[in-house]
Amino acid sequence: MRHLLSTKDLSYDAALTVLDTADQMAAVGERSVKKLPALRGRTVVNLFFEDSTRTRISFETAAKRLSADVINFSAKGSSVSKGESLKDTAQTLAAMSADAVVIRHSASGSPQQLAESGWIDAPVVNAGDGTHEHPTQALLDAMTLRQHRARTEGRESTRGLDLEGMHVVIVGDVLHSRVARSDLWLFTTLGARVTFVAPPTLLPVGIADWPCRVVFSLDEALDPAPDAVMMLRVQRERMHAAFFPTAQEYAREWGLTPERVAALDDAGATTAIMHPGPMNRGLEISSAAADSPRSTVLDQVRNGVSVRMSVLYLLLSGDDLDPTSTPHPQER
Amino acid sequence: MIDDTSAAGPSTGPAAARVILSAADIDRALTRIAHEILEANKGSSDLVLLGIPRRGYPLAQRIAAKIAATDSGFDAAASLGQLDVTMFRDDLRKNPARAPRPTRIPVQGIDGRTVVLVDDVLYSGRTVRAALDALVDVGRPRVVRLAVLVDRGHRELPIRADHVGKNLPTSSQEKVRVRLAETDPEPRPAENADCVVIETTVPGAGA
Repeated sequence: MRHLLSTKDLSYDAALTVLDTADQMAAVGERSVKKLPALRGRTVVNLFFEDSTRTRISFETAAKRLSADVINFSAKGSSVSKGESLKDTAQTLAAMSADAVVIRHSASGSPQQLAESGWIDAPVVNAGDGTHEHPTQALLDAMTLRQHRARTEGRESTRGLDLEGMHVVIVGDVLHSRVARSDLWLFTTLGARVTFVAPPTLLPVGIADWPCRVVFSLDEALDPAPDAVMMLRVQRERMHAAFFPTAQEYAREWGLTPERVAALDDAGATTAIMHPGPMNRGLEISSAAADSPRSTVLDQVRNGVSVRMSVLYLLLSGDDLDPTSTPHPQER
Repeated sequence: MIDDTSAAGPSTGPAAARVILSAADIDRALTRIAHEILEANKGSSDLVLLGIPRRGYPLAQRIAAKIAATDSGFDAAASLGQLDVTMFRDDLRKNPARAPRPTRIPVQGIDGRTVVLVDDVLYSGRTVRAALDALVDVGRPRVVRLAVLVDRGHRELPIRADHVGKNLPTSSQEKVRVRLAETDPEPRPAENADCVVIETTVPGAGA
């Protein structure tokens, strides 16, 4: 793994390695010394061309827990607002010898452009590009699902566990959601079944070719109860047209209302409630759902740091390796 | 785990293998180490055994069982742990990434106690250096000691073992491989269910 650009091309083994490593990174967060020396003296650049608080803070925390130096670069108040191109920004960072670049951009494909153009010779991590992919979010969702599975099945360890046979319902703005796309590819690779629920106006063209079931009614998708239901944020900033009549109607038809949570409770289901954040309470998710014991929203935030530590560690170790030499055995 | 070459892994070229320690030899060596640890510590009070993954941990388990059999005051479960050193290695940039293994520290912690690090092969000493760094982040033991099954020499750091199963003078071209029933389940004759093997790469063949 040289870059992390999408989950579509992430193999089953690579995904499990990231998750198993993330489990060990999580243990570090519970110690009194929450720092590992693995990336001492390395520089990670957070290149954020699009607003983000939690993802940027999560990547920053992850890099700092591994002892890397972090440079935060946001487009606002930088030379990008003066008209600098991605190429010039990348070459500037290369000249400052950045060891890894975490990039968020509103244009789909810009992380790939950065990785393949040769402008900078450093691993690139996609932190969300347009409506394309958000791979670390999918990995942290998979980590959360794996923990949920271990809890409900009474397993002691999540090491080597995949999502075989699990059923995940993803609800909401699939059209604009890079999280939904990354989740679909990763969960499918790990053996889970995915159902998308959305108003027909919020489904992308070509979804019939995706390995998923599509239904329009949330109640239909929740019966029988799935292992997890993920509510996507209604992305008002990307909605330049009327995709649904009113917010109230959306909340009633496709929101996780208190009644729907009560129905899950009555059915005795173990369904976890997930949300990638930030939540629009009262729109796609009710407070009753967000604050219920089923909610894994804060676990997802916590797992986000662990997964990003894992990704940075896996991308940045072994980079002095001579590619012509014999591969080192995985286990000594 | 000191020794990069003590691993199961694709060997390079045909190799002549000699069994140096059989299962019975290993068992006797561990029994002696268990007694040495008790003697050096003047009993089993405040003793913590930390195995270094992968093969150090099963060895630590066995030593703990032997100590518990000798000294009824020793609670093997509460005094045994595993210390992963992957993230503390000094060769992270030179080797492909490895998924770290769990670190499990006994609930009472290690502060003020006697910690015995257990590993399979002592070679350059770099794993032990990483382990000492890892320990600092977990707590402050009163004493740290080192027990290894095989000391094969070629140290690159000023580190020595307190308890050694067997001193094995080797050439750096040879590979010392430790196989344990717990970590290396591939079939072997029963008397070699656990064994230490020296492999000499035949010159001119393979890498």
